Amino acid sequence: MIEIKNVRKSFQDLEVLKGISLAIEDREIYGIVGQSGAGKSTLLRCLNGLEPYDSGEITVDGALVNSRDKAALRQLQKRMGMIFQSFNLLERLDVYGNIALPMKFWGINTRSQESRDKVHELIRLVGLEDKVHAKPRELSGGQKQRVAIARALALDPPFLLCDEATSALDPEITKGILALLQKINREMGITIVVVTHQMEVVKQICSRVAFLYHGSVLAEGPPEEMFIKPAQKEIQSFLRDKSERLPKTGVNIQVFFVGESSKEPVITQMARELGKDFSICWAKLEDFRENVYGSLVLNVDEMDRETVCRFLTAKNVTWEVLE
Amino acid sequence: MGIASTTSMAGVILDALWQTLYMVFWSTLLSVLIGFIPAIILTLTAPDGLRPIRPVYEVLSFLINVFRSFPFIILLVLVIPFTRLVVGKAIGTTASIVPLTLSAIPFIARVLETALRETDPGVVEAAKSFGASNWQILWRVYIKESVPRIINGVVLLVISLVGYSAMAGTVGGGGIGDIAIRFGYQQYRTDYLVVCSIILIIFVQLIQMIGNHLYKRLS
Ligand SMILES: Nc1ncnc2c1ncn2[C@@H]1O[C@H](COP(=O)(O)OP(=O)(O)O)[C@@H](O)[C@H]1O
Ligand SMILES: [Mg+2]
Repeated sequence: MIEIKNVRKSFQDLEVLKGISLAIEDREIYGIVGQSGAGKSTLLRCLNGLEPYDSGEITVDGALVNSRDKAALRQLQKRMGMIFQSFNLLERLDVYGNIALPMKFWGINTRSQESRDKVHELIRLVGLEDKVHAKPRELSGGQKQRVAIARALALDPPFLLCDEATSALDPEITKGILALLQKINREMGITIVVVTHQMEVVKQICSRVAFLYHGSVLAEGPPEEMFIKPAQKEIQSFLRDKSERLPKTGVNIQVFFVGESSKEPVITQMARELGKDFSICWAKLEDFRENVYGSLVLNVDEMDRETVCRFLTAKNVTWEVLE
Repeated sequence: MGIASTTSMAGVILDALWQTLYMVFWSTLLSVLIGFIPAIILTLTAPDGLRPIRPVYEVLSFLINVFRSFPFIILLVLVIPFTRLVVGKAIGTTASIVPLTLSAIPFIARVLETALRETDPGVVEAAKSFGASNWQILWRVYIKESVPRIINGVVLLVISLVGYSAMAGTVGGGGIGDIAIRFGYQQYRTDYLVVCSIILIIFVQLIQMIGNHLYKRLS
């Protein structure tokens, strides 16, 4: 379990982390999301001890992350594998050499049968059996990130930290990497912390997520709760780039279909029962891990506003008027 | 002097070529070995290094600049007492290795520093995140990842040392440059001048080709 308590961090005059508190449970995939510059990477680097923090406390399974105690920090770093947006592989080492590198740092004999089996097992896990001796420059972005994932697992860490792991990859490749992370989480029981500015990533794999805004945690919870009907304006604007395309006349009402309600034909019912005209001006289906959630924006006449809202409430649908 | 008439041209030039190779080889080897020390200190203590120490970096950097801007021809004379101390004499092929090496050290130190510091900081960070010590990062990341760039730097050094060795040659070091001046220029033997120039051109081309080949092989 990772506990972050009231952590603060400044670079010169710039306060980047303003008292962050989070608790990450074992075996979950925890997301830290927010705009670029929010302090996500800094938080992750503090967690891994790559960057010292000014005050507060970070503990990993009860052990304090303290960058002044180098020996203890090394032991903690061994327990937290890390992957990066730019993969950060060694150009002159092949896939095998890159994966075995952390073992070398720990004085493990990489020529022993045990080590070799281990590396090959990791290569199989990430599906690069045919690339064992390829150099990074011969690999695609997705393959490079797979190597980085295997490398991060070489020391059998219970935690895997991912900093924008898929931000440099296209959507199709991203899906593959996310599926791999999920597999690692499920089959190996590894706790994963995912830092990203990509909503799709959080929605697809995270069980809980914290929204970071200018160095503070604005909200925390399951992604579907936070992102389907966010209470904070900052999260809304992070999620919504669609508002400028909505009609300027009438009233725009966003309707959310959560869980069972997504199966009922609420909209057609409304058209029939109320006999009102409205247009659907925006709609989206969103995948949150196994569940599909829908959301659409209706444009109704100002006069019909109350009738429609009452109807939606009666049908137990989540809705909100977009101003 | 009647050397040219008593000895065949081929013999003279072969001897000289051997002297040039000898001077260039040893001054390259020694300056690279010694130059690595300031290069590593600079890399470690640089603002973006593993152990930033500003005063150390600035002072060492300043010293290197001072020694680099020192004209070789003056260095050649200034180090004579030191050469005598190290080699036992101040003149000759072996003796000229001393000023060649001394002038090459600040040059190669800078070149090696540049090569090392071009290492991707992300890779350094990744190594840190796995709990690597600074020495492990220095060796396994900085140095090993920089090998192709280091080779490029050494090629640059060898080529400039070929030029400097010609200068050192004129004050008693021998070598191709010496022959070109003494026979070709002072005795108006154009054939010597042409052959010496061709040999130097071929030599430099060869070094560059080997360097490029190694760069490709190793990167
Ligand atoms: N080493 C540093 N020195 C100074 N400022 C930094 C440093 N690292 C990050 N910052 C600043 O801290 C803020 C948060 O950065 P970062 O944690 O990288 O954000 P994110 O990962 O959310 O995009 C940014 O304003 C960035 O400019
Ligand atoms: Mg970042």
